[in-house]
Amino acid sequence: MTTMVARPDERIQPPVRPTRGGPRERWIRRAPLLPALVFAIVITQIPFLYTLYLSTLHWNALKPGKHKFIGFDNYVTVLTDERLRAALVNTVILTAGAVIFSMILGLGLALLLDRSFVGRPIVRTLLITPFLVMPIAAALLWKHAIFNPAYGLINGIFGGSTDWISSYPKGAVITTLVWQWTPFMMLILLAGLQSQSTEVIEAARVDGAKPWQIFRWMTLPHLRQYLELGGLLGSIYLVNTFDAVFSITQGGPGTATTNLPYEIYLTTFRKFEYGEASAAGVIVVLLTIIVATFALRVISSLFRIEEHR
Amino acid sequence: MNKRIGNTVWGTVAWIAGIVFVFPVIWMVLTSFKQEEAAASNPPAWVFTPTLHQYEQVFDRNITPFLLNSLMASVFSTLLVVSLATPAAYALSLRPVAKWTDALFFFISTKMMPAVAALLPVYLLAKHLGMLDNIWTMVILYTAMNLPLAVWMMRSFLLEVPREVLEAGEVDGASLPTSIRKIIMPIVSPGLAATALICFIFAWNEFFLAVNLTATNAGTAPIFLVGFISSEGLFLARLCAAATLVSLPVLIAGWVAQNKLVRGLSMGAVK
Repeated sequence: MTTMVARPDERIQPPVRPTRGGPRERWIRRAPLLPALVFAIVITQIPFLYTLYLSTLHWNALKPGKHKFIGFDNYVTVLTDERLRAALVNTVILTAGAVIFSMILGLGLALLLDRSFVGRPIVRTLLITPFLVMPIAAALLWKHAIFNPAYGLINGIFGGSTDWISSYPKGAVITTLVWQWTPFMMLILLAGLQSQSTEVIEAARVDGAKPWQIFRWMTLPHLRQYLELGGLLGSIYLVNTFDAVFSITQGGPGTATTNLPYEIYLTTFRKFEYGEASAAGVIVVLLTIIVATFALRVISSLFRIEEHR
Repeated sequence: MNKRIGNTVWGTVAWIAGIVFVFPVIWMVLTSFKQEEAAASNPPAWVFTPTLHQYEQVFDRNITPFLLNSLMASVFSTLLVVSLATPAAYALSLRPVAKWTDALFFFISTKMMPAVAALLPVYLLAKHLGMLDNIWTMVILYTAMNLPLAVWMMRSFLLEVPREVLEAGEVDGASLPTSIRKIIMPIVSPGLAATALICFIFAWNEFFLAVNLTATNAGTAPIFLVGFISSEGLFLARLCAAATLVSLPVLIAGWVAQNKLVRGLSMGAVK
């Protein structure tokens, strides 16, 4: 949504052929790219510029007729607001929690699936299924059919009357996300495991290396780039988590699970503070640019390795 | 011998893990065939007389227009995204433009941006243009949402076209349409299908934009699901029936294409 992201190093891969020829030749080359580029710029950059403009207005949609230019006042309001800081912290906790746990589980499952056993394709199919359930359906399913204190599956099987969602709101949201995203991590890590050279592993085994030594000193270093890629892509997707928060906890209790997307949604469509919501949006964009600049470096190195294989 | 026992043990563990992971889905499907009383019983009812009553209820409450809206938004945005992304990916791989890395990273940077930052301006613009609650608004937004993914993915597939073959064709005087038809398409078409499928899945499942920009006219399947739990009383079985129904297209598509899934989700980075 912005062009400001700093450019990562350009070593991904040498171009197929250096561009030569005059302006006409260059435009012929550019032609196939232009529709997509123009479309992306129009749909993603113009709203952002508009957000920038809105963020300087005092505009509450419930009080019609008053859009006053107030400069940076919205930013001051938003940055001194406890709620936004809480939302930022919650975003980090929810994203990191979901990514880390799904990565650990995904690694375990990938190691299991890397072995051969009866029915392996079926187990793989079973394991990717949670990822394919519509996220909002998954969130509602966990909320009502699993976490519910009266007739939920957990209390139904293990007894007790714990209200899981109000007792452990973050845990409930993270559990649902981990359930959905573990298959994603598993698929990436499994691809990593299967790209490992079997001869080298066999040679190490012949030389008397123990299984965990092979894992610690050969498999894990080999998997590192896949772990990074999984963590990165998982974070890109999960930082925008909205469905689970919206339907499981509504951000509550209090602000316990209000993340940035949900907080901005509330500011926009519950409080109708358009100016403040825009300022918060701009701040999120700036934070994302910082993270993305770092992320793009990692991505470019990961994609380079992969494409040179 | 030892190894075989090990494989059996770990295979069993894998089976158990698989069943544990899929269990909530199985439970959802089972519950959808229950009567509400059985669905809300504690301890859970494992034995019950299956009924299609809940599915009838879901259709009585008019899920069909929501499903059709989802279908429209997903299919049209997928067609649009593929027809924009494929030529772009070509210009970023086989015959790259001068600043191809910049363009490539511009696309992915739009994917990293939180949709929430664009929500208000998009909402206001759509309102101004009278395009709120309009399925074509969703088509355009889903196209923008999936474009970076599709460009990166298609690029990774196009890079698999052997350059020598392409150049040999050029030397032989093959025109661009001919080499697309004869050389590029046969190699790339499985990738094209995979790209389309991933875009379809993301569009079908999208909730955040839909809940804020659509209502009764253009509401998609996720919106139906949310709107329908606000009713009081026992609703768990009906909810499960609706959830099963709306998840079914993606479940089937994902199972069929599971070998391509990882490549799509990693934007072509992992083969």
